[in-house]
Amino acid sequence: MSKALLKVSDLRVSFFTPAGEVKAVGGISYELSENEILGIVGESGSGKSVEAYSIIQLLQPPGRVIGGTIEFDGENLLEYSKTRMRQFRGDKVSMIFQNPMTCLNPVYTVGDQLTEALTCHRSVSSADARTRSIEMLERVGINNVEKRMKQYPHELSGGMRQRIMIAIALICSPRLLIADEPTTALDVTIQAQILELIKELQKDTGMAVIFITHNLGVVAEICDRVAVMYGGKIAEQGTADDIFYSPAHPYTRGLLRSMPRLDEVRRDRLIPIKGSPVDMLNPPAGCPLSPRCDECMKICLRADPSKTKLSATHNVHCWNQRAAAGEKYVMTEAR
Amino acid sequence: MNENKLIEVDKLVKHFPVKAGLMNTKQIKAVDGVSLYIKKGETLGLVGESGCGKSTLGRTILRLYEPTSGRVLYNGTAIFDGNSRKQPKALTFRRKMQIIFQDPSASLNGRMTVGEIVREPLEIHGLFPNKAERANRVEQLLELVGLNSEHANRYPHEFSGGQQQRVGIARALAVEPDFIVCDEPISALDVSIQSQIVNMLEDMQERLGLTYLFIAHDLSVVKHISDRVAVMYLGKIVELAAADDIHAVPAHPYTKTLLSAIPIPDPRKSKANKRIILEGDIPSAIDIPPGCRFHTRCPYADKPECREREPELREVSPGHFAACHFVN
Repeated sequence: MSKALLKVSDLRVSFFTPAGEVKAVGGISYELSENEILGIVGESGSGKSVEAYSIIQLLQPPGRVIGGTIEFDGENLLEYSKTRMRQFRGDKVSMIFQNPMTCLNPVYTVGDQLTEALTCHRSVSSADARTRSIEMLERVGINNVEKRMKQYPHELSGGMRQRIMIAIALICSPRLLIADEPTTALDVTIQAQILELIKELQKDTGMAVIFITHNLGVVAEICDRVAVMYGGKIAEQGTADDIFYSPAHPYTRGLLRSMPRLDEVRRDRLIPIKGSPVDMLNPPAGCPLSPRCDECMKICLRADPSKTKLSATHNVHCWNQRAAAGEKYVMTEAR
Repeated sequence: MNENKLIEVDKLVKHFPVKAGLMNTKQIKAVDGVSLYIKKGETLGLVGESGCGKSTLGRTILRLYEPTSGRVLYNGTAIFDGNSRKQPKALTFRRKMQIIFQDPSASLNGRMTVGEIVREPLEIHGLFPNKAERANRVEQLLELVGLNSEHANRYPHEFSGGQQQRVGIARALAVEPDFIVCDEPISALDVSIQSQIVNMLEDMQERLGLTYLFIAHDLSVVKHISDRVAVMYLGKIVELAAADDIHAVPAHPYTKTLLSAIPIPDPRKSKANKRIILEGDIPSAIDIPPGCRFHTRCPYADKPECREREPELREVSPGHFAACHFVN
């Protein structure tokens, strides 16, 4: 395995609201190497976006990182000053968002916004910046480039806006791209185009990608590794094959089981996960899934399970799996 | 078969006028001549990209939008007839036809308690005139959708998205309708909650003998819940068939691309999946392309016919309809 580009250790993020402290991210750790696409899956409130925002200090108050480290290329990003982060953001790490309409500036042309992203970080002449912008637009599959450079975001379709956001994000050739639900607001046919584009660009540039989504289909399509988040914690982490073919956490299994699928024969009934998502203001004392879990034991209500390693690539936070894996270890040691 | 049709829609058209200049008005052709029927107790799925007119069609059938022309029959009686000058009053048929909306937090009045929200349709239609009976009915409805009677005094913001959608469903069921338009009822919900609501809608259908028009853009959910599926593109139905047929033997090129675009939650299958990637975006419903509406994006539209003549929806095999010149 190549050296980690990004190393997040025991990251904790809380929102200090009038109603109390919301532990949006409650201690998560993962690594990401270059040339790798990591999918972070979870439902709303699972902390998946908050976690990504804290990497580039985009958290808005009352949100605050209260513990842990985020190392990028050996440097702790949490110690970066505002000025330093400003130079870093958009240069080494870029981000694309769910809704391109709210992220593009409506009163500047596409060309202005592209060249701005470049001139902020590189000392280039305006002519060079323009040439590079045009190249970038062509690279993300936009036709009629000269005309598009002069257009405003509202004149473009949703799919085209998302392509432009990607062009802006990648114009400085970042080493890490954070994609926060980039296809959720798009139609499936456009989503297929954008996923294809991200995959292609990733292969060409060798950058690392963090792909945040709630759609397991998209994850299967694009990600090498997957972290499943629930209630501000990582429930299970592994390669795409680990997660889809041998899911270990009851939440992952429940999600996969609950979805109707096009590639399967129709079932009479869906098998849902019971109950409602975690109330982050009053989370359960033990495992966040415990009130909804069919396999909940006494210990699950009291204590949050620590990480259990199932294989070199696969780990899970679940008391049941811990017990099961414990036996497995004894057996392998005996042999 | 014919006598079982609960809803019949005949050449239904809904155009919205838009100002395109000082003297000039253009029409957004949201629904541009749709004919279909829904049998009693059946679920008809309606899928398509955003802007294809699927929600407008659902709302126009209920006359939440007044149709431009065409005809809508409920149980054989016209609730809209473009040829007649006077239309029946909405109150007379709304009791039998209800709708569940996509965004539960936007479709519940935040200043009313859940009890008041569910009670309102009863008051409008003058059902259960006795106050105690009415309260009883509200309680019964809340229990039916998996909430309990103490929830009646709370406000919508105190509930999660899934629970809010349950309130929306209870409100729709209050007047004992026969027909419900489900307008993307699960799209706004968390993945782990979606299947709960789908199961509940199916339970209700079985217990109360409901007929659904289920609008969604998620084809996998539509496949699960529907008996038949209609695929819409730019205001027209391009394919209509039994749910299993649509997925097993799609006939129209648009349906094929739509199906192939859906990511399958299985990494190996998804790598093997030969995807047809469409070029470009859906054209504007103001300037609909001449000939076949899909020819600007269709990977097979190389014949002049596609650009010149609009294909009719015709039966390609028993019960399977498609609007394409080259399907046999």
